[in-house]
Amino acid sequence: MFDVIIIGGGVIGAHVARNLSRYDLKVGVLERATDVCEFTSKANSGIVHSGLDAVPGSLKAKYNLRGNAMMASTCEQLDVPFRRNGSMILCFGPEEEAGLKELYDQGLANGVEGLRILSGDEARALEPNLTNQVHKAILAPTGGIVDPFKLTLMAAEVAAKNGVRFLFRTEVQRVVRKEDHYLLETRGGTFQTKTVVNAAGVYADVFHNQVSATPLSITPRKGEYCLFDKEVGDLVDRTLFQLPTAFGKGVVVTPTVEGNLLIGPTAYDIENKEDTSTTVEGLKYVVEKAKKSVQKVPMHAVITAFAGLRATEKHKDFVLGEVADAPGFFDAAGIESPGLTAAPAIGEDLAKWVAAKLNAKVKATYAWTNKAIPDFEKAPVDQKAKWIDADKDYGQIVCRCELVTLAQIKEAIRRPLGATTIDGVKRRTRAGSGRCQGGFCSPRILEILSKELHKDPREIAKFGEQSTYLVGLDKELLG
Amino acid sequence: MNAMQRRQVVVIGGGPAGLAAAVAAFEAGEKDVLILDREHQLGGILNQCIHTGFGLHTFKEELTGPEYADRYIDKVRDLGIETWLDTMVIDISKDRIVTMISPKNGLIQIEAGAIVLAMGCRERARGALNIPGFRPAGVFSAGTAQRFVNMEGYLPGKEVVILGSGDIGLIMARRMTLEGAKVKMVVELLPYSGGLKRNIVQCLDDFDIPLKLSHTVTRIHGKYRVEGVTVQAVDASRAPIPGTEEYVPCDTLLLSVGLIPENELSRKAGVAISPKTSGPIVNESFETSIPGIFACGNVLHVHDLVDWVSQEAAEAGKNAARFVSAKTQETTAAVSIQTGFGIRYTVPVSVRPANIAKSVLVRYRVADVYRNHCVVVKFDDAVVLRQKKRILTPGEMEQILLLKTWFDQNPAAKTITVALESEESQ
Repeated sequence: MFDVIIIGGGVIGAHVARNLSRYDLKVGVLERATDVCEFTSKANSGIVHSGLDAVPGSLKAKYNLRGNAMMASTCEQLDVPFRRNGSMILCFGPEEEAGLKELYDQGLANGVEGLRILSGDEARALEPNLTNQVHKAILAPTGGIVDPFKLTLMAAEVAAKNGVRFLFRTEVQRVVRKEDHYLLETRGGTFQTKTVVNAAGVYADVFHNQVSATPLSITPRKGEYCLFDKEVGDLVDRTLFQLPTAFGKGVVVTPTVEGNLLIGPTAYDIENKEDTSTTVEGLKYVVEKAKKSVQKVPMHAVITAFAGLRATEKHKDFVLGEVADAPGFFDAAGIESPGLTAAPAIGEDLAKWVAAKLNAKVKATYAWTNKAIPDFEKAPVDQKAKWIDADKDYGQIVCRCELVTLAQIKEAIRRPLGATTIDGVKRRTRAGSGRCQGGFCSPRILEILSKELHKDPREIAKFGEQSTYLVGLDKELLG
Repeated sequence: MNAMQRRQVVVIGGGPAGLAAAVAAFEAGEKDVLILDREHQLGGILNQCIHTGFGLHTFKEELTGPEYADRYIDKVRDLGIETWLDTMVIDISKDRIVTMISPKNGLIQIEAGAIVLAMGCRERARGALNIPGFRPAGVFSAGTAQRFVNMEGYLPGKEVVILGSGDIGLIMARRMTLEGAKVKMVVELLPYSGGLKRNIVQCLDDFDIPLKLSHTVTRIHGKYRVEGVTVQAVDASRAPIPGTEEYVPCDTLLLSVGLIPENELSRKAGVAISPKTSGPIVNESFETSIPGIFACGNVLHVHDLVDWVSQEAAEAGKNAARFVSAKTQETTAAVSIQTGFGIRYTVPVSVRPANIAKSVLVRYRVADVYRNHCVVVKFDDAVVLRQKKRILTPGEMEQILLLKTWFDQNPAAKTITVALESEESQ
């Protein structure tokens, strides 16, 4: 019997797990994918929101502000790349001024610090690539950007080090409420647990509705993005939002914390909770909208496009805490934007509530911080030299676009919750996330994974088990 | 950290360009030549090009890629040219300090008398095309698939659609077929193939693989592994035509959609890059905008045949050797080469007449398919050459020879123009 089972190894599941791992509890995380950070947490904008657009008094506003305030220290503890680059909300004409002022006032009401309204010229002085259409802007200096993969991974690793069991390829089929515990049915068997944390993203309503008479309804809302080469990563320094209008929400133009340029997302509701495909219309939409904010959208430097699904609950707010008619079942549902920002705060509160329910005690010793895989590319020359002298695998470049070494890739595989797939290596090291998108390094990474995991190369997958790269040996099909 | 070393000619890349450049520099009299390569072996991309067709011009025989490379590797060994393998250059500065790393030697910095850039090119990836759909396994660039099949012995797919009819795509259509896969079609956005004519015949026609011109892939299906692609016809402006969608089931999509000279290091050094070729801007000596830094092969512009790479690299290597012995007349005025109608680019883009012995070779590519056109070369307004061409295609690199006598006859000329004229216009 587990004390707690967390359904879902996304950023929320990982931060709940990290916080729960401080307690003397038997904690498990059930994740249907082969790795943490495989769904919504891997396909978002990586923005740490200031919190000015959340409805005052909502859970989104509360956890956004707290998550934002915690982000610097959390990222320092977990050794996650984070930069408080500030954000701007742009408006494009006098007719939008009232809306901008309203948003500014809402930001003040939410307690967002440092807000300032800028004229178009003041905004352009800070961001020279803004278009001349930009009429006014709100400057929100507390906005930031974070590496969403590492924010998830590094927290999950801490949890794993403290004894939390992560069970991958373990998709929960059904949750059954018993007298004083829950049964979680999976294809690999049934798990018993005293409490459940429902951090299942777009599927959180499904599990909630299996135990509660007050249903939730989560609609996946697709967000499509274009990612650009680091070569154009300095097009903007701040995260540029557009003022939401009657004609739509607008798109974001932002640098990523790793130095790429990102534009997106679209925002439209879909039916299929698995549909993370990009579309012609979606990509066209984000490019067209981005042109309103910045003068040149450098289409020659697009390196990839992707789509993620937001878990939009019908009440448009986070659903957090113990379900009234299902004691011991805790929701972290409806976690759409600003979910990434809120994750450290949500993790802290949910763990506290679950621990209180179980009368759990904090362990005498536990891990709380983490140390990232060294970043070879960013290290100064003398540091690089030292690393190679200490470990010759640092002298072997595997991914040449992002300058990732064999040593880093081996470490990504060997760490707790180590990578088992090509995408897993990519999220941990950035190998394959550069301009050639793995064209050069993927055969090598496949080989390294095969050696390190003692697996046949034909078993190595891009992500899920069905996404293998190789179908056979040369001439095998010729009979 | 190791102390700074000083070398005369440092060649970055040990593929066909680097090998030929190093040999030529050595034979021109500069004995202090060093080749750096990131791989375990010399030869570059030729090592995975196991098909024949290399060396017809240079050696008058049909060699495989590795055989062609071996001819130069043997020469490098015979001459005793030093090569550092497993050595990745991570930075070049404008004052020619080359920073590199290797497992064996750690981090090393070399102050080079001259540098020859010979890093080759890489393939354009899916992202550059923005093909919508899922991001499953089974989408490979043709060269990645070639590596799996030819170097590792694994087949990356059973039922294949190839997008792009560049030479690697065509070669891989044949290779995948020979190794047991079913290649369903090659899809080309343009109304003509970007590959060599002989490859279309030998790799597609001989295997009954259809080539769909003026078509493209507009969607990738399958969440985990490719399950199919949507192929669609395009109009004259290359936009997909609604209603022409065809779903083609397959487990693999190979992309052969262009090569990009790999100039990240050149940019770090501050070398000026041509937007037309994505390679350095060079003069007749293959010298870039930074004195003492030369470029050749696919890092300079994408070639169709390796023979031309070797030939060009030999010139670059020789000039690098001349540079360190200070025989290049840096200060002489240059005549610029402009492109006129129908010419996409030329290499070089400027010529210093004082550095020409008898003639200088100019390579160019055309922008479209042209039948019955003349290539016209003018020194300012004076026509010095009118050469008839039955057909010119963007896939085949062309060349003209600028004679020293033309420069002597037009001493005041400021620009040379290369352009096409249709025969009817005369």
